[in-house]
Amino acid sequence: MKLKHILTLIPLLAACAAPTPAGPRALTVMTHDSFAVTDSALEEFESANNATVQILKSGDAGGMLNTALLNKESPLADVIYGVDNTLLSRALDNDLFERYDSPALAALPAELKLDSENRALPVDYGDVCLNYDKAYFADKGLPPPANLAELTRPEYKSLLVVEDPATSSTGLAFMLATWAAFGDDGFTKFWADLRANDVKVVADWETAYYTEFSGSSGKGPRPLVVSYASSPPAEVVYASAPLDDAPTASITGAKSCFRQIEFVGIVKGTKNRGLAEAWVDFMLSKTFQEDMPLNMFVYPALPSAQLPDAFVKYSGQVESPIILDATTIAERREALIETWTEIVVK
Amino acid sequence: MDGDCGEVRSQKTEVSNQKSEGKSQRSEGGVSDFRLLTSIAIILFFVVFYFYPMAAIIGRGVSPAMLDTLADADTWRIVGFTCWQAALSTLLTLAVGLPGAYLVARYTFRGQSLLRALTAVPFVMPTLVVAAGFNALIGKRGWINLLLASLRLPTPALTHSLAAILLAHIFYNTTIVIRLVGDYWSHLDPRLAQAARTLGANRLRAFAAVTLPLLSPALLAAALLVFIFDFTSFGVVLVLGGPRFATLEVEIYRQTFAFFDLPAAAALSLLQLACTFALTLIYTRLSARLSAPANLRSTEFTQKPLHTLRRKLAAAIIVAGLFALLLSPLAALGARSVTRLEAERGQRGEIQRGLTLDYYRALFDNERGEAFFVSPIAALGNSIRYALITVMLSLLLGIPTAWALATPSPVGAVSTAEGRGGGLLESLILLPLGTSAITLGLGFLLAFNRAPLNLRASPLLIPLAHTLIAFPFVVRTLLPTWRSIRPQWRRAAATLGASPAKVWRRIDLPIIGRAAIVAAAFAFAISLGEFGATALLTRPELPTAAVAIYSFIGKPGALNFGRALAMSVLLMIATASSILLIEKLRIKGVAEF
Repeated sequence: MKLKHILTLIPLLAACAAPTPAGPRALTVMTHDSFAVTDSALEEFESANNATVQILKSGDAGGMLNTALLNKESPLADVIYGVDNTLLSRALDNDLFERYDSPALAALPAELKLDSENRALPVDYGDVCLNYDKAYFADKGLPPPANLAELTRPEYKSLLVVEDPATSSTGLAFMLATWAAFGDDGFTKFWADLRANDVKVVADWETAYYTEFSGSSGKGPRPLVVSYASSPPAEVVYASAPLDDAPTASITGAKSCFRQIEFVGIVKGTKNRGLAEAWVDFMLSKTFQEDMPLNMFVYPALPSAQLPDAFVKYSGQVESPIILDATTIAERREALIETWTEIVVK
Repeated sequence: MDGDCGEVRSQKTEVSNQKSEGKSQRSEGGVSDFRLLTSIAIILFFVVFYFYPMAAIIGRGVSPAMLDTLADADTWRIVGFTCWQAALSTLLTLAVGLPGAYLVARYTFRGQSLLRALTAVPFVMPTLVVAAGFNALIGKRGWINLLLASLRLPTPALTHSLAAILLAHIFYNTTIVIRLVGDYWSHLDPRLAQAARTLGANRLRAFAAVTLPLLSPALLAAALLVFIFDFTSFGVVLVLGGPRFATLEVEIYRQTFAFFDLPAAAALSLLQLACTFALTLIYTRLSARLSAPANLRSTEFTQKPLHTLRRKLAAAIIVAGLFALLLSPLAALGARSVTRLEAERGQRGEIQRGLTLDYYRALFDNERGEAFFVSPIAALGNSIRYALITVMLSLLLGIPTAWALATPSPVGAVSTAEGRGGGLLESLILLPLGTSAITLGLGFLLAFNRAPLNLRASPLLIPLAHTLIAFPFVVRTLLPTWRSIRPQWRRAAATLGASPAKVWRRIDLPIIGRAAIVAAAFAFAISLGEFGATALLTRPELPTAAVAIYSFIGKPGALNFGRALAMSVLLMIATASSILLIEKLRIKGVAEF
């Protein structure tokens, strides 16, 4: 390609990004790899707003957020969905989002609205819990661990796979749960013991769940994984042959799960403010909120959204999940990740 | 590399000719004005696209937090590991490469040129292709593990280990040892060692006391070059090393993308810059010594055919070993990219084994909700477009630089400013050589993501970074060729009535044209495979093939792995073709490595 052609390409690319009155408007939604939505719901939004939606999956939540921040001055997307409470302060402190007082906010419970300025709006929540492969523990006649502390016992050696908290928000949530459960000193000891017990670390949830975990379709080698309380229903819903019961279960005892809340925000400097607002309203609408559980296996933020039967039946009932406020997370996050990396990975 | 000494000698005579008749060339005043302008333009380019990004790193890196980074034991552990793995890789590479170097230095045999052509391939093979190749060979889903599993043997995790990193580094750099040491060795006079043997030294002692000291400049230069490449290794360590291993390059990338700690990334970059500059300076000093050795002999004199059966057998083992090392990961990659061996996600238990082109077909899919806005095959198109822009930019920059450096300035016209300009140009070539790709990428990221020069979304950003990386190679390819043009030829043409333009067209251009094609192929191959700077600068609307490979290879599922391999094969073919072009057009005796 001639340089001349490239130069003529620049205004052309700029023109593509700008909204044109004729034809559908383009909206880019940046999100993490676990995002999923039913096609019909998405098409409903597109036809209602005369828009085409481009979904940009940019890795795990942490990687996605950092990619967005590195491109802040030339934004990659109009809306970002999937920043959670473990990373929220990083997004807000770096001024990534524009305020949007969506009318849909009124229907959402106050405890989910962590940003008083409404730059990040809660969409859903879930509980990060240990999952285990029922068949493995039944075959071995071994009871699964009842809580986090038991993971360091010798009978669970080489059984657990976790996500790296530096790259995965699931891993980060689990790490924070252990810190909340054991305190500073207990945290160090717990992870050192866990390392001695041959814990496996992978970069993201997808790899942990689908390639390392033996209870998933990937049939990996390890029967214990850090995942969600809502992962077992996913195994039933997506089983290739009908199942009577979930092949996996979550460990939901007191102080073993971490409450994760996911947010959506309009990217500062978007040229598509109107359409971006419509998208945020759509995500908080009953249509999307009821579509979410079986697509992403999270609980909708909207209390009036109906949960599917399978979802209710196979999800573990989480007793008193660990809830950390955003300020505590913001203060401790980096230091804890560093300590964790020092103990577990190095 | 062949015949560097001859070239040096001709240069010297050239310079003395110039000195003896310098003042008479007043008519070249216009030329020297043009040279000055050229120098200024090139220096300006470097100010904007090299010094400004480096200043951005210094601006971010030099802060109170820098002291924390430098005081952190972790930083020094990473520096330690970077040096340790580089030293270990270098030693192993020498051990693997020296028998081959000896073979090509001392013997002529059938298949020698094939071996030589083959050893050129890994040198510019994209790191991600090599990483994918080793994944296909020794990875979790690779051939060796599949074989072990079918024999019901335990399947060890060979990737995500130091061994995998070392293996890939040996794969890459054995070539450098064979070429650098082998070429130098082939010009050493074998009679010196023979004399030692006649005087009673055994084979080992003759080697240790005579050959080794004579060989040491080449050995040192090769070792240092290999060390530099291993020290700045990024893609290989990132993909084959896994989360437990981090070189400085990988750590800078991690600090940027995993922690968003830009001050720490910048501070580490400054540390990296100090290391690479020191290493590069030592290397250039050493390689300068290489070009002026005494007692060099033509290869006709130093090489002989393999005449005994034992020698033939030994040679066959060495050649077979090298072929296995250099070809097995690439062959494994090709074979694995067309073989389905495991179930796709969701197909619990149903495994259809067999040959398939599905992974190649999947490169054309552009589903909503992928990591990029475009299909994977479009990423290959982007890579090729980026590489073509890089070729244009680096020739646009490299040809005038080589011209300004090669055309000796008439003595009378040497003003101090111009003298300094020449010196500046000379050192400009060194700057990108001494700057790692990640450091350059980070500099671009920090400098061009905001006003006054917001190029973050420009499709020119990545080719500009690639141009800087390719620039030293382009100049080093052009310069010796240009210097080999004897001024007498130009003068003879002028005497016979040719205008300066005609002299240029009839004398310079035909000789330079060929070198320019080689330089272009170099720039093309470098850009096509570049991953470090690209990994930091890429955007989802214009991904490159290397970025697509990285994105797919890290994701679970047979289809993602297959797509990474299929993409690697296509990238490998594209790169290999440009290298074959280099080999075909190489002018024997003038090209520098």
